[in-house]
Amino acid sequence: MSEDTVQLYQKRIPIYPRSVKGRFRNLKTGIMALAYVVYFLLPWLRWDRPNAPDQAVLYDLPGRHFYIFGLTIQVQDIFWLAGVLIIFAILLFFVTGLAGRVWCGYFCFQTLWTDLYMMIEHWVQGERPARMRLDKGPWNREKIVKRGATYGLWLLVALWTGVSFTAYWVDAPTLVVELLTGRAPYAAYFTTFFLTATTFVMAGLAREQVCVYMCPYARFQSAMFDHDTLIISYEQQRGEGTKGRAKLGKGLKTREERQAQGVGDCIDCGYCVQVCPVGIDIRNGLQYQCISCALCIDACDAIMDNQKWPRGLIRYTSENALNGRKTTLLKPKTVGYGVILTAATALLMWSVLTRSPYTGTVEQIRQPLYTQLSDGGIRNTYEVKLNNKLTAPMSVGIRIEGLAGATLDMDGMERIELTPQERIKLLARVQVPPVEGGKAAGDKVTFVIEALAGATAEPIRREVPFYAPASN
Amino acid sequence: MSDPKQNAQQKPGAVQTTGHAWDGDLQEYSNPLPRWWLWCFYGTVLFSVLYWIYYPSWPVGESWLKGVGTVNYTVTDKKTNQVQEQEYRWNTRSLLAADLTEAANNEQRKAMLAKVKAAGYDQIVKDPKMMEFVRSVGKGLFGDNCAACHGRGGQGVVGMYPNLTDNDWLWGGGMDRIHETLVQGRKGFMPAFGAALKPEQLDDVAEYVLTLSNEAKPGEAADRGKEIFHGPVGGCYYCHGADGKGIPSQGAANLTDKIWAIADVPAQKTLQDKKAVLKTFITNGVNNTRIMPAWKGRLNDDDIKLLAVYVHQLGGAQ
Repeated sequence: MSEDTVQLYQKRIPIYPRSVKGRFRNLKTGIMALAYVVYFLLPWLRWDRPNAPDQAVLYDLPGRHFYIFGLTIQVQDIFWLAGVLIIFAILLFFVTGLAGRVWCGYFCFQTLWTDLYMMIEHWVQGERPARMRLDKGPWNREKIVKRGATYGLWLLVALWTGVSFTAYWVDAPTLVVELLTGRAPYAAYFTTFFLTATTFVMAGLAREQVCVYMCPYARFQSAMFDHDTLIISYEQQRGEGTKGRAKLGKGLKTREERQAQGVGDCIDCGYCVQVCPVGIDIRNGLQYQCISCALCIDACDAIMDNQKWPRGLIRYTSENALNGRKTTLLKPKTVGYGVILTAATALLMWSVLTRSPYTGTVEQIRQPLYTQLSDGGIRNTYEVKLNNKLTAPMSVGIRIEGLAGATLDMDGMERIELTPQERIKLLARVQVPPVEGGKAAGDKVTFVIEALAGATAEPIRREVPFYAPASN
Repeated sequence: MSDPKQNAQQKPGAVQTTGHAWDGDLQEYSNPLPRWWLWCFYGTVLFSVLYWIYYPSWPVGESWLKGVGTVNYTVTDKKTNQVQEQEYRWNTRSLLAADLTEAANNEQRKAMLAKVKAAGYDQIVKDPKMMEFVRSVGKGLFGDNCAACHGRGGQGVVGMYPNLTDNDWLWGGGMDRIHETLVQGRKGFMPAFGAALKPEQLDDVAEYVLTLSNEAKPGEAADRGKEIFHGPVGGCYYCHGADGKGIPSQGAANLTDKIWAIADVPAQKTLQDKKAVLKTFITNGVNNTRIMPAWKGRLNDDDIKLLAVYVHQLGGAQ
């Protein structure tokens, strides 16, 4: 029993990633730049929209409208959001099965913001050895200034991240003015504060711990791997040879010398370990902490180029390829995900493209179920709900069909002008004349709701029950 | 994924074990929690303590800890009409009250009410937005004040409370007439003819009245009844009119239509039964049973106006 050595809690082991240059670093920087341009500038883009806010992308929660460029999404179309989420989920499965943790390595906001924070850190405090020295050193003037500058810059980025996020939900220029003058609503301050705090903590302090301890995707993406999935791997055979890896030394300078001695190509420089943002050694094989950022590939390639040895000691490969088997990409799983992805995307597109410019529903008022009129005729009443989904006025006509002799009375509101985005409830009375000895008339009536001006669309037809006493 | 055992072999000590071996070789890995996780846990404990202090929490005897949180909202005194802001203890009820008095919806409601107040009846009826508002608010007012007798949908009870959803109006269906009915109330009255008419005369009058709405076929009895109805003996035409269509100014019923407010004629199968139910009312009259209370003083003018429009649209324009 050595229970006293068991640690229940563990302090974070600090990681000081070294910077690296290479094609994957460039790709990551490119994606990052593009993502930041979109994220930070999109709320400021204007869009000409009569009778509605002029922000290109605006999620107007109090007004119950989402504005996305030319598309205005109403509350009742919110199921499109479910469609988008389903598509994203399947896309994640599809890509992960095929190419591993591409999302984690290149696109995840945790990766992007951590990357940016590391760049700031590197810019202020210098390269890995300098940062390690600073971290271990005493709290002198240099440390206070450099740490302070880093945290200050981080906080600025976090703050602007928070403001930008909030700007997607309210008019951006108004928000900034209101935030500065203290007149913004409580929710705006809270959202900005929350996003600022989480950005600072997650990207500045928690970093890889988010992926390792908090992120559910990180864990379940591993479950989608198979032997054909693209992974980043160290080629053990080439790197270790028969006698293992060894540093460059006397008699171990060239590849030929090393191979003659049974030593592999890995010169054990540790560069791949130093650049790793999650602090693992890729040479130990595939690990759940690995976010597939490919920076170790860049590191190793740089060393190999330097040695004028072929690249690819660490590379994108698959388990099958590593073991000398063929990598099959066209598998039932991949095809299945592909088919579902295509179908879901097509369905969502179809739904968005064929959306109606207005909605109309008819509901019977069931108290009383029917009314007998003085001439013996029967009347049913209905509530007609109309919603103009356009940001322009339109006029709508309502008529009935399918019930013999029935007349519609809506107090002159059979044709109604709807203001932009107006929703309204109208009362409709349908009455049939008396019928000698028997049931008054049919038991269904169809309301036809047509766009008469301001929009072109198929008329909406609503068949609703018409109740009449069995005999009168 | 990587085999942890292999990992451990490559980097001895990388994954700690608890140090205890069962059955010779069974060991347990020790993966320590991150330290910050522990601090988060302590943070939640602290949060719960602050939560207990701020919000109503523990039961104490017959009462409970009320919490220090407060909710402010304006209250209008119903008697003095004074508006003043008051502070209440935090609870969901005062939150709801604050929401009801100060939410954006309530501001819209106030604006709409002002518009309806300023508009004339003709304007309201033609305006879809105002009518939507009237139906929405009126439904609540009607439910609170009228539904006890007239029913939730205004359908009434035959023989007791008039049906407001049909197009027959005892006291007139114009907006001003409905308004008058609401303000001053109504009292339906029909004298008793049990003493004035002989049983066979009652029978004849009943048969004649039934012919007016095609419930009975014309014949000798009906002809005799007609004479009583239009003559000095019965004198029914004084109130129900020479054509039997009633006089709304005094609440006399229209006898020629299919709607029976007092005697439930349509429910009876045979002519005899129909006459019998009719004769009950001719014999005894209607007195002190058909009373609509006056709402002036019980409802304010705005509510009466809203209700007048609401009731008017229940039955349809007249």
